[in-house]
Amino acid sequence: MNNLGLIIRREFSTRVRKRSFIILTLLAPVLMAILLFLPAYLATLPGDEKLITILDESVLMDIRDKGTEEIRFRYLNPKDFDFETAKALAEGNGDYAFLHVPLSEGGDPDFVARNIRIFREGDLSIAVENHIERSLEKYLQKEKLKFEGVDPEIVARTKTNVKLRVINTKAGVEAENATLLKMGIGYVCAFAIYLFIFIYGSQVMRGVIEEKTNRIMELMISSIKPFELMMGKIIGIGALALLQFVIWIGLGALIFTLFSAIFIDPSLSAPAGAGTEQFNALQDSTSFEIYRSLQTVNWWQLLGSFIFYFLGGYLLYGALFAAIGSAVDKEADSQQFILPITIPLILSLLVIIRALDNPDGAIATWMSFIPLSSPLVMMARIPFGVPGWELLLSMVILAISFVFCVWIAAKIYRIGVLMYGKKPTFKELYRWTRYKN
Amino acid sequence: MIEAKGIVKKYDKHQALKGLDLSIQKGDVFGLLGPNGAGKTTFIRILNQIIAPDQGHVLFNGEALKSSHIGRIGYLPEERGLYPKMKIGEQLLYLAQLKGLTKKEAHERIQYWLQRFELKDRVNTKVEALSKGLAQKVQFIASVIHEPELLILDEPFTGFDPVNAEHIKSEILRLNQEGATIIFSTHRMESVEELCENIVLINQGEKLLEGSLAEIKSQYRSGWYKLECRKEWQPTDGNWIVESLDSKSNRYHYRIKLESKDIPKILDAVKGLELVNFQEETPSLNEIFIKSTSGHE
Repeated sequence: MNNLGLIIRREFSTRVRKRSFIILTLLAPVLMAILLFLPAYLATLPGDEKLITILDESVLMDIRDKGTEEIRFRYLNPKDFDFETAKALAEGNGDYAFLHVPLSEGGDPDFVARNIRIFREGDLSIAVENHIERSLEKYLQKEKLKFEGVDPEIVARTKTNVKLRVINTKAGVEAENATLLKMGIGYVCAFAIYLFIFIYGSQVMRGVIEEKTNRIMELMISSIKPFELMMGKIIGIGALALLQFVIWIGLGALIFTLFSAIFIDPSLSAPAGAGTEQFNALQDSTSFEIYRSLQTVNWWQLLGSFIFYFLGGYLLYGALFAAIGSAVDKEADSQQFILPITIPLILSLLVIIRALDNPDGAIATWMSFIPLSSPLVMMARIPFGVPGWELLLSMVILAISFVFCVWIAAKIYRIGVLMYGKKPTFKELYRWTRYKN
Repeated sequence: MIEAKGIVKKYDKHQALKGLDLSIQKGDVFGLLGPNGAGKTTFIRILNQIIAPDQGHVLFNGEALKSSHIGRIGYLPEERGLYPKMKIGEQLLYLAQLKGLTKKEAHERIQYWLQRFELKDRVNTKVEALSKGLAQKVQFIASVIHEPELLILDEPFTGFDPVNAEHIKSEILRLNQEGATIIFSTHRMESVEELCENIVLINQGEKLLEGSLAEIKSQYRSGWYKLECRKEWQPTDGNWIVESLDSKSNRYHYRIKLESKDIPKILDAVKGLELVNFQEETPSLNEIFIKSTSGHE
């Protein structure tokens, strides 16, 4: 076991010093942050102001309605302008567009609705089109209400907004519903495990192939057991993955705090003066809703399960990748063996999309027991709450399968590492597992 | 030192070793000879506990072979290499520690060996920057750094230039004089003759010949002698057959078949011919090898 420690240390230390590892570890969170925050940042930049000149001959619109920050309304007095002069003026000023609301025939709002026109040189932005349509619909409804003898003021007063408060009664406690947030967490966790299995699993495989092509393998296994060499590599690279993950989480949190302080919510960087006022404002806002739904997630269970499935999944697939590496001489030959272990991973990703919508569905439940898919599928289900026995069973199955996989992989490995120059078939791999020492 | 009894090893239908018996004495330089595919590497892997025999057993100094013996065996495999991205010093330290040396011991021996091979200033050089010959030297150091009692060398001279091969050869002999037992596996017979005292010749998993090199050679002696003289010889009758060979620059060559007890007689018969050279035609190991393997196919 002393040797195992030496091997783990070598596998870890030679890789952790590699420039590619350092760059990827430091750069990935920055790139991710840029991807996430760039659109948000761009949205906060002031856009071009679009001036719409309006000739409202029916006096339908409220001239106090100046539009929005981006879409500004300017009204021309119908007494001073007719259609032609108004249009010429708008065009002469280079305004974004010219809106014409014609005079109604006998006060029929439907006639007006059918005949409102907007003029622009070139295409009209969808945002502008939508905004003007919504505004006009509102004004026309008011006209119709008046026509029907209803006071629009009463209508406005009696308008009520309903926001459903969905209470999750599972697990005995009433908790706020946070489906979207849970979907997000589930997907991110599952995807992270998928990514790590792939990146680091194939590193294990490449490491084994390298030892074979460098012809150091025989010297190594004359000093140590092939099993130790294989496990040392898997654990050493696993430790590297864990380190990278921890750094990513740390850096991610740091960058998130910095970026949100600078770009997203000015209140975070504002001086802490109007404390209660801010809190009250927060209570109604979406941030508070998110904050409340964050409380409904069992973070300790989530973290514990993530580490378990992350390591369990990695060790299981890592052993398989090591066995593949031992069986081939060059990476190109590994494709035929990689495919069968890629399929369950890809399938799991597909199932997760269904599982996030229906976490207790039959497919999701079954696939969270099958060890090749459970690390991903179960992780996607956990934020929604999974019965304790299901979680335990899934973990036990994964642990047993891991031991079994390592046992089989070690059998293939100890024969494979001595085989050069031939491309084995699945049948041969099976035969190797049956060889005595 | 090594006692192997009835070693059988099968791979699927192919039987690599068919009940091999072998005995290697302590302090010996032992030649394990055979053509490619004879089962040499399989036997060596069994000694190194890389694989286990299907039947039979191996004793190491009288004890059944076990994992604690690994640190007492040094192995230079035929397929040898190093981690290209590691520095020489790191690499040797790692391999020495895997063989059970402490860090301190390992450092001392690395210094000693790098000095011997004039590699001391290369301790921080990465293996990938070394020439093939230098890398082979590092590999040799890796196999002897833990001062093994038994050193197994599988085709040790392949890849070495003549100068370095000679260097390695003298190191092997020095280690032997210091008490190490050497097993020297090869299919290149000429390299064995200078080094080995005892040999075994195996073919297709079976032992063909075994014993001291001198004894084996004498078993295969043909009874022919070579004679070189300055004057032409008209062979006189006697208990011998004479073949006249070429004559170059006033040297006359003959091949004579005779019993060893007739040597004084023939020397008497050629007395007046200004004898330059008279020697027995001993079969080379290569010839013995070819003779004995062809007889078994």
